[in-house]
Amino acid sequence: MSAMRSLGGIGGNLIAWGYALIILGPMVWILSNSFKRQIDILMGTTIAPFTLINYQQIINSRQSQFLWNLWNSAVVSVISTLLVLVIATVAAFTVARLQPPRWVTFILLGWALVFHMLPTLTFVGSWYVMFTQAGLHGTYTALILAQVVHGLPMALFLMIGFVMNIPNELVQAARLDGCTYAQVFRHLILPLSLGGMAAAGALAFISAWSDFAIALNLSNKETMTAPVAIATFAQEHQILYGQMAAASMLSMIPALAFIMFGQRFVVRGLLAGAVK
Amino acid sequence: MATRSLDAARIERANLWWRIGSLAPAIIVLAVLSIWPVFNLAYLSLADVKWLSGSAVVEFVGLRNFHELFTGESVYWAGVRNTIVFAVCAVTLQMIFGFTMALAVRRASKIGRSVLTAVFLLPIVIPPVVIGAMWRLLLGRDFGIVNSLLAFFGLPMVDWLGDPRSALMSVIIVDVWHWTPFVFLLTLAGLESLDQEVFEAAKLDVKNSWQELRYVTIPLMMPTILITLAFRMILSFKVFDEIFLLTGGGPGTATEVISFSINRVFFAQDRVGMGSAMSLVTILGVAVLIVLANTVVSRRRKQRVSA
Repeated sequence: MSAMRSLGGIGGNLIAWGYALIILGPMVWILSNSFKRQIDILMGTTIAPFTLINYQQIINSRQSQFLWNLWNSAVVSVISTLLVLVIATVAAFTVARLQPPRWVTFILLGWALVFHMLPTLTFVGSWYVMFTQAGLHGTYTALILAQVVHGLPMALFLMIGFVMNIPNELVQAARLDGCTYAQVFRHLILPLSLGGMAAAGALAFISAWSDFAIALNLSNKETMTAPVAIATFAQEHQILYGQMAAASMLSMIPALAFIMFGQRFVVRGLLAGAVK
Repeated sequence: MATRSLDAARIERANLWWRIGSLAPAIIVLAVLSIWPVFNLAYLSLADVKWLSGSAVVEFVGLRNFHELFTGESVYWAGVRNTIVFAVCAVTLQMIFGFTMALAVRRASKIGRSVLTAVFLLPIVIPPVVIGAMWRLLLGRDFGIVNSLLAFFGLPMVDWLGDPRSALMSVIIVDVWHWTPFVFLLTLAGLESLDQEVFEAAKLDVKNSWQELRYVTIPLMMPTILITLAFRMILSFKVFDEIFLLTGGGPGTATEVISFSINRVFFAQDRVGMGSAMSLVTILGVAVLIVLANTVVSRRRKQRVSA
Protein backbone atom coordinates (compact mmCIF):
# COMPACT_ATOMS: atom_id res chain seq x y z
CA MET A 1 0.00 0.00 0.00
CA SER A 2 2.70 2.46 0.94
CA ALA A 3 4.65 1.45 -2.15
CA MET A 4 1.54 2.28 -4.21
CA ARG A 5 1.26 5.59 -2.42
CA SER A 6 4.84 6.60 -3.10
CA LEU A 7 4.47 5.48 -6.72
CA GLY A 8 1.38 7.66 -6.95
CA GLY A 9 3.40 10.44 -5.38
CA ILE A 10 6.09 10.17 -8.02
CA GLY A 11 3.45 10.12 -10.74
CA GLY A 12 1.84 13.22 -9.30
CA ASN A 13 5.14 15.01 -9.22
CA LEU A 14 5.86 14.04 -12.82
CA ILE A 15 2.50 15.37 -13.98
CA ALA A 16 2.90 18.66 -12.11
CA TRP A 17 6.45 19.27 -13.31
CA GLY A 18 5.42 18.24 -16.80
CA TYR A 19 2.72 20.91 -16.79
CA ALA A 20 5.23 23.40 -15.38
CA LEU A 21 7.37 22.74 -18.46
CA ILE A 22 4.35 23.35 -20.70
CA ILE A 23 3.91 26.72 -18.99
CA LEU A 24 7.58 27.65 -19.10
CA GLY A 25 8.31 26.45 -22.64
CA PRO A 26 6.37 29.18 -24.48
CA MET A 27 7.69 31.84 -22.10
CA VAL A 28 11.29 30.86 -22.71
CA TRP A 29 10.67 30.78 -26.44
CA ILE A 30 9.26 34.32 -26.40
CA LEU A 31 12.14 35.47 -24.24
CA SER A 32 14.58 34.09 -26.80
CA ASN A 33 12.58 35.71 -29.63
CA SER A 34 12.89 39.09 -27.99
CA PHE A 35 16.67 38.81 -28.50
CA LYS A 36 16.41 37.82 -32.17
CA ARG A 37 16.28 39.91 -35.32
CA GLN A 38 12.96 39.93 -37.19
CA ILE A 39 14.54 37.96 -40.04
CA ASP A 40 15.67 35.17 -37.70
CA ILE A 41 12.21 34.92 -36.18
CA LEU A 42 10.60 34.75 -39.60
CA MET A 43 13.08 32.09 -40.75
CA GLY A 44 12.48 30.08 -37.58
CA THR A 45 16.17 30.01 -36.69
CA THR A 46 16.59 28.44 -33.27
CA ILE A 47 20.15 29.53 -32.58
CA ALA A 48 20.33 33.08 -33.86
CA PRO A 49 22.80 35.88 -33.23
CA PHE A 50 22.02 37.70 -29.99
CA THR A 51 20.77 41.24 -30.42
CA LEU A 52 19.31 43.97 -28.26
CA ILE A 53 17.87 45.78 -31.26
CA ASN A 54 14.22 45.03 -30.32
CA TYR A 55 14.61 46.53 -26.89
CA GLN A 56 16.46 49.54 -28.29
CA GLN A 57 13.76 50.12 -30.86
CA ILE A 58 10.80 50.00 -28.53
CA ILE A 59 12.52 52.20 -25.97
CA ASN A 60 13.82 54.92 -28.18
CA SER A 61 12.57 55.11 -31.68
CA ARG A 62 10.22 57.63 -33.16
CA GLN A 63 7.24 55.30 -33.50
CA SER A 64 7.40 53.78 -30.06
CA GLN A 65 7.78 55.16 -26.56
CA PHE A 66 7.35 51.99 -24.63
CA LEU A 67 8.99 53.34 -21.46
CA TRP A 68 6.38 56.09 -21.47
CA ASN A 69 3.63 53.46 -21.87
CA LEU A 70 5.05 51.54 -18.90
CA TRP A 71 5.07 54.76 -16.89
CA ASN A 72 1.40 55.37 -17.77
CA SER A 73 0.55 51.84 -16.68
CA ALA A 74 2.42 52.38 -13.41
CA VAL A 75 0.68 55.70 -12.65
CA VAL A 76 -2.79 54.35 -13.36
CA SER A 77 -2.29 51.03 -11.52
CA VAL A 78 -0.57 52.45 -8.44
CA ILE A 79 -3.03 55.29 -7.85
CA SER A 80 -6.12 53.19 -8.58
CA THR A 81 -4.86 50.38 -6.33
CA LEU A 82 -4.30 52.79 -3.43
CA LEU A 83 -7.74 54.33 -3.86
CA VAL A 84 -9.41 50.93 -4.10
CA LEU A 85 -7.63 49.75 -0.94
CA VAL A 86 -8.63 52.77 1.13
CA ILE A 87 -12.25 52.74 -0.04
CA ALA A 88 -12.62 48.97 0.36
CA THR A 89 -10.97 48.73 3.78
CA VAL A 90 -13.00 51.42 5.55
CA ALA A 91 -16.21 50.10 3.98
CA ALA A 92 -15.30 46.51 4.87
CA PHE A 93 -14.87 47.38 8.57
CA THR A 94 -18.31 49.02 8.70
CA VAL A 95 -20.04 46.26 6.75
CA ALA A 96 -18.40 43.44 8.67
CA ARG A 97 -18.51 44.78 12.22
CA LEU A 98 -20.81 47.79 12.66
CA GLN A 99 -24.15 46.42 11.44
CA PRO A 100 -25.24 49.08 8.97
CA PRO A 101 -28.92 48.83 7.92
CA ARG A 102 -29.51 45.46 6.27
CA TRP A 103 -30.80 46.94 3.03
CA VAL A 104 -27.68 49.08 2.62
CA THR A 105 -25.41 46.04 2.92
CA PHE A 106 -27.67 43.99 0.69
CA ILE A 107 -27.78 46.53 -2.13
CA LEU A 108 -24.08 47.42 -1.85
CA LEU A 109 -22.77 43.86 -1.87
CA GLY A 110 -25.45 42.53 -4.20
CA TRP A 111 -24.78 45.13 -6.86
CA ALA A 112 -21.01 44.84 -6.39
CA LEU A 113 -21.32 41.10 -7.08
CA VAL A 114 -23.49 41.53 -10.18
CA PHE A 115 -21.29 44.34 -11.49
CA HIS A 116 -18.21 42.18 -10.98
CA MET A 117 -19.78 39.43 -13.09
CA LEU A 118 -20.78 41.63 -16.04
CA PRO A 119 -18.41 41.90 -19.00
CA THR A 120 -16.27 45.03 -18.62
CA LEU A 121 -16.89 46.02 -22.22
CA THR A 122 -20.60 46.57 -21.55
CA PHE A 123 -19.61 49.51 -19.34
CA VAL A 124 -16.68 50.91 -21.29
CA GLY A 125 -18.95 52.43 -23.93
CA SER A 126 -21.00 54.23 -21.31
CA TRP A 127 -17.86 55.44 -19.54
CA TYR A 128 -16.53 56.68 -22.85
CA VAL A 129 -19.64 58.79 -23.44
CA MET A 130 -19.66 60.08 -19.84
CA PHE A 131 -15.97 60.96 -19.76
CA THR A 132 -16.06 62.57 -23.20
CA GLN A 133 -18.98 64.76 -22.18
CA ALA A 134 -17.12 65.69 -18.99
CA GLY A 135 -14.05 66.58 -21.06
CA LEU A 136 -12.03 63.84 -19.36
CA HIS A 137 -11.47 61.50 -22.31
CA GLY A 138 -7.89 60.30 -22.54
CA THR A 139 -6.88 61.68 -19.14
CA TYR A 140 -5.31 59.79 -16.26
CA THR A 141 -8.40 60.74 -14.21
CA ALA A 142 -10.71 58.84 -16.54
CA LEU A 143 -8.48 55.76 -16.60
CA ILE A 144 -8.00 55.77 -12.83
CA LEU A 145 -11.71 56.24 -12.08
CA ALA A 146 -12.65 53.38 -14.38
CA GLN A 147 -9.95 51.19 -12.81
CA VAL A 148 -11.17 52.04 -9.30
CA VAL A 149 -14.76 50.98 -9.93
CA HIS A 150 -13.52 47.93 -11.85
CA GLY A 151 -11.31 46.74 -8.98
CA LEU A 152 -13.55 47.77 -6.08
CA PRO A 153 -15.94 44.76 -5.83
CA MET A 154 -13.15 42.17 -5.56
CA ALA A 155 -11.21 44.24 -3.00
CA LEU A 156 -14.41 44.82 -1.03
CA PHE A 157 -15.22 41.10 -0.81
CA LEU A 158 -11.65 40.19 0.09
CA MET A 159 -11.36 42.87 2.77
CA ILE A 160 -14.72 41.94 4.34
CA GLY A 161 -13.42 38.37 4.58
CA PHE A 162 -10.18 39.51 6.20
CA VAL A 163 -11.88 41.87 8.67
CA MET A 164 -14.29 39.07 9.62
CA ASN A 165 -11.24 37.07 10.70
CA ILE A 166 -10.38 39.68 13.34
CA PRO A 167 -12.10 38.53 16.59
CA ASN A 168 -15.14 40.64 17.36
CA GLU A 169 -14.23 40.54 21.09
CA LEU A 170 -11.27 42.82 20.35
CA VAL A 171 -13.55 45.39 18.74
CA GLN A 172 -16.03 45.20 21.62
CA ALA A 173 -13.27 45.52 24.23
CA ALA A 174 -11.97 48.64 22.51
CA ARG A 175 -15.48 50.06 22.37
CA LEU A 176 -15.93 49.50 26.13
CA ASP A 177 -12.73 51.43 26.71
CA GLY A 178 -14.43 54.41 25.09
CA CYS A 179 -12.84 54.29 21.64
CA THR A 180 -14.77 55.75 18.74
CA TYR A 181 -15.18 53.65 15.62
CA ALA A 182 -12.55 55.76 13.92
CA GLN A 183 -10.09 54.99 16.72
CA VAL A 184 -10.95 51.29 16.64
CA PHE A 185 -10.27 51.34 12.92
CA ARG A 186 -6.95 53.16 13.20
CA HIS A 187 -5.47 51.34 16.16
CA LEU A 188 -6.97 47.88 15.78
CA ILE A 189 -8.44 47.01 12.39
CA LEU A 190 -5.85 48.75 10.24
CA PRO A 191 -2.75 47.16 11.82
CA LEU A 192 -4.40 43.74 11.96
CA SER A 193 -5.54 43.74 8.34
CA LEU A 194 -2.28 44.90 6.75
CA GLY A 195 -1.61 41.37 5.46
CA GLY A 196 -5.09 41.22 3.97
CA MET A 197 -4.60 44.64 2.39
CA ALA A 198 -1.37 43.43 0.82
CA ALA A 199 -3.24 40.46 -0.67
CA ALA A 200 -6.17 42.55 -1.93
CA GLY A 201 -3.76 45.23 -3.16
CA ALA A 202 -1.66 42.68 -5.05
CA LEU A 203 -4.72 41.42 -6.91
CA ALA A 204 -6.03 44.93 -7.60
CA PHE A 205 -2.64 46.01 -8.93
CA ILE A 206 -2.26 42.94 -11.15
CA SER A 207 -5.74 43.45 -12.58
CA ALA A 208 -5.18 47.16 -13.22
CA TRP A 209 -1.73 46.60 -14.72
CA SER A 210 -3.10 43.89 -17.03
CA ASP A 211 -6.19 45.82 -18.09
CA PHE A 212 -6.70 46.13 -21.81
CA ALA A 213 -10.45 46.57 -22.41
CA ILE A 214 -10.65 49.87 -20.50
CA ALA A 215 -7.38 51.47 -21.55
CA LEU A 216 -7.90 50.54 -25.20
CA ASN A 217 -10.91 52.83 -25.41
CA LEU A 218 -10.38 55.45 -22.71
CA SER A 219 -6.71 56.34 -23.25
CA ASN A 220 -5.25 58.46 -25.99
CA LYS A 221 -1.77 58.62 -27.50
CA GLU A 222 -0.29 60.36 -24.45
CA THR A 223 -1.87 58.14 -21.79
CA MET A 224 -1.60 54.83 -23.69
CA THR A 225 -0.75 51.98 -21.31
CA ALA A 226 1.64 49.09 -21.95
CA PRO A 227 -0.93 46.42 -22.93
CA VAL A 228 -2.49 48.76 -25.50
CA ALA A 229 0.94 49.52 -26.89
CA ILE A 230 1.68 45.80 -27.24
CA ALA A 231 -1.54 45.38 -29.20
CA THR A 232 -0.51 48.14 -31.60
CA PHE A 233 2.65 46.18 -32.49
CA ALA A 234 0.32 43.47 -33.81
CA GLN A 235 -1.69 45.95 -35.85
CA GLU A 236 1.18 47.48 -37.78
CA HIS A 237 1.25 46.81 -41.49
CA GLN A 238 3.88 44.18 -40.88
CA ILE A 239 3.66 42.57 -37.46
CA LEU A 240 6.76 43.46 -35.47
CA TYR A 241 7.27 40.12 -33.77
CA GLY A 242 10.59 40.89 -32.12
CA GLN A 243 9.37 44.17 -30.69
CA MET A 244 6.13 42.58 -29.57
CA ALA A 245 8.12 39.91 -27.73
CA ALA A 246 10.44 42.47 -26.14
CA ALA A 247 7.54 44.67 -25.02
CA SER A 248 5.76 41.61 -23.61
CA MET A 249 8.85 40.75 -21.59
CA LEU A 250 9.14 44.26 -20.14
CA SER A 251 5.45 44.37 -19.20
CA MET A 252 5.82 41.09 -17.31
CA ILE A 253 8.34 42.58 -14.86
CA PRO A 254 5.82 43.60 -12.15
CA ALA A 255 4.18 40.17 -12.32
CA LEU A 256 7.57 38.49 -11.92
CA ALA A 257 8.40 40.81 -9.01
CA PHE A 258 5.13 39.85 -7.32
CA ILE A 259 5.87 36.16 -7.75
CA MET A 260 9.37 36.51 -6.36
CA PHE A 261 8.77 38.88 -3.46
CA GLY A 262 5.06 38.71 -2.71
CA GLN A 263 4.04 35.20 -3.67
CA ARG A 264 2.21 34.49 -0.45
CA PHE A 265 0.09 37.63 -0.78
CA VAL A 266 -0.93 36.78 -4.34
CA VAL A 267 -1.74 33.20 -3.33
CA ARG A 268 -3.63 34.40 -0.27
CA GLY A 269 -5.68 36.80 -2.39
CA LEU A 270 -6.46 34.15 -4.98
CA LEU A 271 -7.41 31.54 -2.41
CA ALA A 272 -9.30 33.79 0.02
CA GLY A 273 -12.52 33.66 -1.95
CA ALA A 274 -12.36 30.00 -2.81
CA VAL A 275 -11.21 28.20 0.29
CA LYS A 276 -12.67 28.85 3.68
CA MET B 1 -21.53 62.18 35.49
CA ALA B 2 -22.63 65.04 33.28
CA THR B 3 -19.30 65.14 31.44
CA ARG B 4 -19.50 61.40 30.99
CA SER B 5 -22.87 61.53 29.21
CA LEU B 6 -21.62 64.49 27.21
CA ASP B 7 -18.65 62.36 26.17
CA ALA B 8 -20.97 59.52 25.29
CA ALA B 9 -23.07 61.81 23.12
CA ARG B 10 -19.95 63.10 21.36
CA ILE B 11 -18.76 59.56 20.72
CA GLU B 12 -22.20 58.62 19.41
CA ARG B 13 -22.11 61.50 16.95
CA ALA B 14 -18.57 60.70 15.82
CA ASN B 15 -19.61 57.08 15.33
CA LEU B 16 -22.62 58.00 13.24
CA TRP B 17 -20.39 60.10 11.02
CA TRP B 18 -17.90 57.26 10.73
CA ARG B 19 -20.59 54.82 9.68
CA ILE B 20 -21.86 57.16 6.98
CA GLY B 21 -18.44 58.38 5.92
CA SER B 22 -16.89 54.95 5.63
CA LEU B 23 -19.56 53.58 3.31
CA ALA B 24 -20.07 56.77 1.30
CA PRO B 25 -16.99 56.50 -0.97
CA ALA B 26 -17.78 52.92 -2.00
CA ILE B 27 -21.44 53.74 -2.58
CA ILE B 28 -20.69 56.91 -4.53
CA VAL B 29 -18.09 55.21 -6.75
CA LEU B 30 -20.42 52.32 -7.54
CA ALA B 31 -23.46 54.55 -8.03
CA VAL B 32 -21.80 57.09 -10.32
CA LEU B 33 -19.58 54.72 -12.29
CA SER B 34 -21.57 51.50 -12.43
CA ILE B 35 -25.27 52.12 -11.73
CA TRP B 36 -25.57 55.42 -13.56
CA PRO B 37 -23.87 53.97 -16.69
CA VAL B 38 -26.62 51.34 -16.92
CA PHE B 39 -29.28 54.07 -17.01
CA ASN B 40 -27.11 55.99 -19.42
CA LEU B 41 -26.98 52.91 -21.68
CA ALA B 42 -30.74 52.53 -21.50
CA TYR B 43 -31.14 56.16 -22.58
CA LEU B 44 -28.54 55.96 -25.36
CA SER B 45 -29.95 52.68 -26.66
CA LEU B 46 -33.11 54.54 -27.66
CA ALA B 47 -31.16 57.10 -29.60
CA ASP B 48 -28.93 57.72 -32.56
CA VAL B 49 -25.78 59.53 -31.41
CA LYS B 50 -23.52 61.63 -33.57
CA TRP B 51 -20.34 63.27 -32.32
CA LEU B 52 -19.91 66.91 -33.23
CA SER B 53 -16.57 68.26 -31.97
CA GLY B 54 -16.57 66.36 -28.69
CA SER B 55 -20.20 66.84 -27.75
CA ALA B 56 -22.89 64.27 -28.43
CA VAL B 57 -25.87 65.06 -30.59
CA VAL B 58 -28.63 62.70 -29.50
CA GLU B 59 -31.56 61.92 -31.76
CA PHE B 60 -34.35 59.86 -30.25
CA VAL B 61 -35.28 56.85 -32.40
CA GLY B 62 -37.42 54.72 -30.10
CA LEU B 63 -36.85 50.97 -30.19
CA ARG B 64 -35.24 50.97 -33.65
CA ASN B 65 -31.85 49.84 -32.31
CA PHE B 66 -33.39 46.88 -30.53
CA HIS B 67 -35.43 45.95 -33.57
CA GLU B 68 -32.28 46.04 -35.69
CA LEU B 69 -30.31 44.10 -33.08
CA PHE B 70 -32.82 41.26 -32.97
CA THR B 71 -33.40 41.09 -36.71
CA GLY B 72 -30.23 42.33 -38.40
CA GLU B 73 -27.08 42.11 -36.30
CA SER B 74 -26.19 38.48 -37.00
CA VAL B 75 -22.57 39.17 -35.97
CA TYR B 76 -23.63 39.82 -32.38
CA TRP B 77 -25.59 36.57 -32.22
CA ALA B 78 -22.66 34.66 -33.70
CA GLY B 79 -20.67 36.24 -30.87
CA VAL B 80 -23.21 35.07 -28.28
CA ARG B 81 -23.00 31.54 -29.65
CA ASN B 82 -19.19 31.57 -29.73
CA THR B 83 -18.95 33.01 -26.22
CA ILE B 84 -21.14 30.21 -24.85
CA VAL B 85 -19.22 27.50 -26.76
CA PHE B 86 -15.92 29.04 -25.67
CA ALA B 87 -16.91 29.38 -22.01
CA VAL B 88 -18.44 25.91 -21.67
CA CYS B 89 -15.65 24.04 -23.49
CA ALA B 90 -12.72 25.95 -22.01
CA VAL B 91 -14.01 25.91 -18.44
CA THR B 92 -14.99 22.22 -18.55
CA LEU B 93 -11.53 21.23 -19.77
CA GLN B 94 -9.83 23.47 -17.21
CA MET B 95 -11.88 22.02 -14.36
CA ILE B 96 -11.14 18.43 -15.41
CA PHE B 97 -7.41 18.97 -16.02
CA GLY B 98 -6.88 21.21 -13.00
CA PHE B 99 -8.75 19.01 -10.53
CA THR B 100 -7.19 15.78 -11.84
CA MET B 101 -3.75 17.30 -11.54
CA ALA B 102 -4.51 18.51 -8.00
CA LEU B 103 -5.61 14.97 -7.05
CA ALA B 104 -2.39 13.56 -8.50
CA VAL B 105 -0.19 16.07 -6.73
CA ARG B 106 -1.96 15.94 -3.36
CA ARG B 107 0.03 12.97 -2.16
CA ALA B 108 3.24 13.98 -3.90
CA SER B 109 6.14 15.16 -1.78
CA LYS B 110 6.33 18.84 -1.09
CA ILE B 111 9.82 19.23 -2.54
CA GLY B 112 10.05 22.31 -4.68
CA ARG B 113 6.45 23.26 -3.94
CA SER B 114 7.17 27.00 -3.87
CA VAL B 115 8.98 26.84 -7.22
CA LEU B 116 6.03 24.92 -8.64
CA THR B 117 3.57 27.47 -7.23
CA ALA B 118 5.63 30.27 -8.75
CA VAL B 119 5.53 28.67 -12.20
CA PHE B 120 1.79 27.99 -11.95
CA LEU B 121 1.14 31.59 -10.88
CA LEU B 122 2.95 32.92 -13.94
CA PRO B 123 0.13 32.67 -16.51
CA ILE B 124 -2.37 34.01 -13.95
CA VAL B 125 -0.51 37.21 -13.15
CA ILE B 126 0.97 38.30 -16.47
CA PRO B 127 -1.22 40.53 -18.66
CA PRO B 128 -3.59 38.53 -20.92
CA VAL B 129 -2.46 40.69 -23.82
CA VAL B 130 1.00 39.20 -23.39
CA ILE B 131 -0.48 35.69 -23.47
CA GLY B 132 -2.27 36.59 -26.69
CA ALA B 133 0.89 38.04 -28.27
CA MET B 134 2.87 35.01 -27.17
CA TRP B 135 0.51 32.42 -28.62
CA ARG B 136 0.13 34.38 -31.79
CA LEU B 137 3.86 33.85 -32.28
CA LEU B 138 3.67 30.19 -31.26
CA LEU B 139 0.70 29.35 -33.47
CA GLY B 140 1.77 31.34 -36.53
CA ARG B 141 1.16 29.44 -39.75
CA ASP B 142 4.51 29.72 -41.48
CA PHE B 143 7.03 30.07 -38.71
CA GLY B 144 5.24 29.34 -35.43
CA ILE B 145 7.06 26.79 -33.33
CA VAL B 146 3.97 24.57 -33.03
CA ASN B 147 3.92 24.03 -36.78
CA SER B 148 7.69 23.56 -36.82
CA LEU B 149 7.25 20.78 -34.28
CA LEU B 150 4.47 19.21 -36.37
CA ALA B 151 6.68 19.36 -39.44
CA PHE B 152 9.54 17.82 -37.48
CA PHE B 153 7.36 14.79 -36.74
CA GLY B 154 6.23 14.64 -40.34
CA LEU B 155 2.70 15.85 -39.63
CA PRO B 156 0.85 18.34 -41.84
CA MET B 157 0.93 22.00 -40.84
CA VAL B 158 -2.25 23.57 -39.51
CA ASP B 159 -3.32 27.18 -39.96
CA TRP B 160 -4.37 27.31 -36.30
CA LEU B 161 -5.67 30.87 -36.18
CA GLY B 162 -6.39 31.54 -39.84
CA ASP B 163 -8.69 28.62 -40.62
CA PRO B 164 -12.33 29.17 -39.61
CA ARG B 165 -12.67 25.51 -38.67
CA SER B 166 -9.79 25.50 -36.18
CA ALA B 167 -9.69 29.13 -34.96
CA LEU B 168 -12.20 28.80 -32.11
CA MET B 169 -10.61 25.53 -31.01
CA SER B 170 -7.16 27.16 -30.98
CA VAL B 171 -8.47 30.01 -28.85
CA ILE B 172 -9.99 27.48 -26.45
CA ILE B 173 -6.68 25.59 -26.24
CA VAL B 174 -4.85 28.80 -25.37
CA ASP B 175 -7.42 29.58 -22.67
CA VAL B 176 -7.09 26.08 -21.22
CA TRP B 177 -3.30 26.54 -21.09
CA HIS B 178 -3.81 29.94 -19.49
CA TRP B 179 -6.28 29.04 -16.73
CA THR B 180 -5.77 25.37 -15.82
CA PRO B 181 -3.09 26.43 -13.29
CA PHE B 182 -5.69 28.62 -11.56
CA VAL B 183 -8.08 25.68 -11.13
CA PHE B 184 -5.15 23.54 -10.03
CA LEU B 185 -3.99 25.97 -7.32
CA LEU B 186 -7.50 26.52 -5.95
CA THR B 187 -8.55 22.88 -5.88
CA LEU B 188 -5.18 21.77 -4.48
CA ALA B 189 -5.55 24.24 -1.60
CA GLY B 190 -9.09 22.95 -1.11
CA LEU B 191 -7.91 19.34 -1.02
CA GLU B 192 -5.15 20.12 1.45
CA SER B 193 -7.55 21.91 3.79
CA LEU B 194 -9.84 18.85 4.01
CA ASP B 195 -9.88 17.01 7.32
CA GLN B 196 -7.67 13.91 6.97
CA GLU B 197 -9.61 12.08 9.68
CA VAL B 198 -12.62 11.81 7.40
CA PHE B 199 -10.51 9.87 4.91
CA GLU B 200 -9.16 7.61 7.65
CA ALA B 201 -12.69 6.91 8.87
CA ALA B 202 -13.97 6.30 5.35
CA LYS B 203 -11.23 3.76 4.63
CA LEU B 204 -13.35 1.08 6.30
CA ASP B 205 -16.26 1.70 3.94
CA VAL B 206 -14.76 2.43 0.54
CA LYS B 207 -13.44 -0.43 -1.57
CA ASN B 208 -11.09 1.45 -3.88
CA SER B 209 -9.79 4.88 -4.66
CA TRP B 210 -12.54 5.47 -7.24
CA GLN B 211 -15.18 5.03 -4.54
CA GLU B 212 -13.21 7.29 -2.23
CA LEU B 213 -13.15 9.95 -4.92
CA ARG B 214 -16.83 9.54 -5.79
CA TYR B 215 -18.32 9.33 -2.29
CA VAL B 216 -15.84 11.20 -0.07
CA THR B 217 -13.52 13.58 -1.91
CA ILE B 218 -15.89 15.12 -4.44
CA PRO B 219 -18.78 15.75 -2.00
CA LEU B 220 -16.38 17.37 0.46
CA MET B 221 -14.82 19.43 -2.32
CA MET B 222 -18.16 20.60 -3.76
CA PRO B 223 -17.99 24.14 -2.29
CA THR B 224 -14.47 24.71 -3.66
CA ILE B 225 -15.38 23.18 -7.02
CA LEU B 226 -18.50 25.34 -7.37
CA ILE B 227 -16.71 28.55 -6.47
CA THR B 228 -13.81 27.82 -8.80
CA LEU B 229 -16.32 27.02 -11.54
CA ALA B 230 -18.17 30.28 -10.90
CA PHE B 231 -14.93 32.32 -10.99
CA ARG B 232 -13.90 30.73 -14.26
CA MET B 233 -17.33 31.04 -15.92
CA ILE B 234 -17.54 34.73 -15.07
CA LEU B 235 -14.08 35.44 -16.44
CA SER B 236 -14.60 33.46 -19.64
CA PHE B 237 -17.78 35.37 -20.42
CA LYS B 238 -15.67 38.52 -20.23
CA VAL B 239 -13.03 37.18 -22.63
CA PHE B 240 -11.61 39.89 -24.86
CA ASP B 241 -7.89 40.59 -24.55
CA GLU B 242 -6.42 37.31 -25.77
CA ILE B 243 -8.83 37.03 -28.67
CA PHE B 244 -8.12 40.63 -29.68
CA LEU B 245 -4.46 39.68 -30.11
CA LEU B 246 -4.89 36.12 -31.39
CA THR B 247 -7.51 36.42 -34.12
CA GLY B 248 -9.22 39.80 -33.85
CA GLY B 249 -12.54 37.91 -33.91
CA GLY B 250 -11.81 36.40 -37.30
CA PRO B 251 -11.54 34.74 -39.67
CA GLY B 252 -15.04 35.89 -40.55
CA THR B 253 -17.00 35.50 -37.34
CA ALA B 254 -15.26 32.26 -36.31
CA THR B 255 -13.99 33.67 -33.01
CA GLU B 256 -16.29 36.65 -32.62
CA VAL B 257 -17.30 37.04 -28.95
CA ILE B 258 -19.81 39.36 -27.26
CA SER B 259 -17.23 41.82 -25.91
CA PHE B 260 -15.80 42.05 -29.39
CA SER B 261 -19.07 42.96 -31.09
CA ILE B 262 -19.74 45.65 -28.50
CA ASN B 263 -16.25 47.06 -28.86
CA ARG B 264 -16.45 47.17 -32.64
CA VAL B 265 -19.91 48.68 -32.88
CA PHE B 266 -19.25 51.26 -30.18
CA PHE B 267 -15.76 52.37 -31.10
CA ALA B 268 -14.75 51.25 -34.59
CA GLN B 269 -18.14 51.91 -36.22
CA ASP B 270 -19.15 54.76 -33.90
CA ARG B 271 -22.70 53.44 -33.56
CA VAL B 272 -23.22 54.45 -29.94
CA GLY B 273 -26.96 53.71 -29.96
CA MET B 274 -26.55 50.17 -31.26
CA GLY B 275 -23.56 49.55 -28.97
CA SER B 276 -25.66 50.64 -26.00
CA ALA B 277 -28.51 48.34 -27.04
CA MET B 278 -26.04 45.44 -27.30
CA SER B 279 -24.52 46.24 -23.90
CA LEU B 280 -27.95 46.46 -22.30
CA VAL B 281 -29.12 43.16 -23.80
CA THR B 282 -25.87 41.54 -22.64
CA ILE B 283 -26.25 42.94 -19.11
CA LEU B 284 -29.83 41.66 -18.89
CA GLY B 285 -28.85 38.27 -20.32
CA VAL B 286 -25.99 37.80 -17.86
CA ALA B 287 -28.20 39.01 -14.99
CA VAL B 288 -30.80 36.35 -15.88
CA LEU B 289 -28.03 33.72 -15.97
CA ILE B 290 -26.79 34.83 -12.54
CA VAL B 291 -30.29 34.61 -11.04
CA LEU B 292 -30.85 31.17 -12.62
CA ALA B 293 -27.50 29.82 -11.37
CA ASN B 294 -28.24 31.22 -7.93
CA THR B 295 -31.67 29.59 -7.79
CA VAL B 296 -30.30 26.21 -8.86
CA VAL B 297 -27.49 26.31 -6.29
CA SER B 298 -29.69 27.45 -3.40
CA ARG B 299 -32.40 24.88 -4.27
CA ARG B 300 -29.78 22.12 -4.26
CA ARG B 301 -28.52 23.35 -0.92
CA LYS B 302 -32.04 23.28 0.51
CA GLN B 303 -32.53 19.72 -0.75
CA ARG B 304 -29.22 18.77 0.83
CA VAL B 305 -30.31 20.23 4.16
CA SER B 306 -33.75 18.63 4.15
CA ALA B 307 -32.42 15.24 3.00
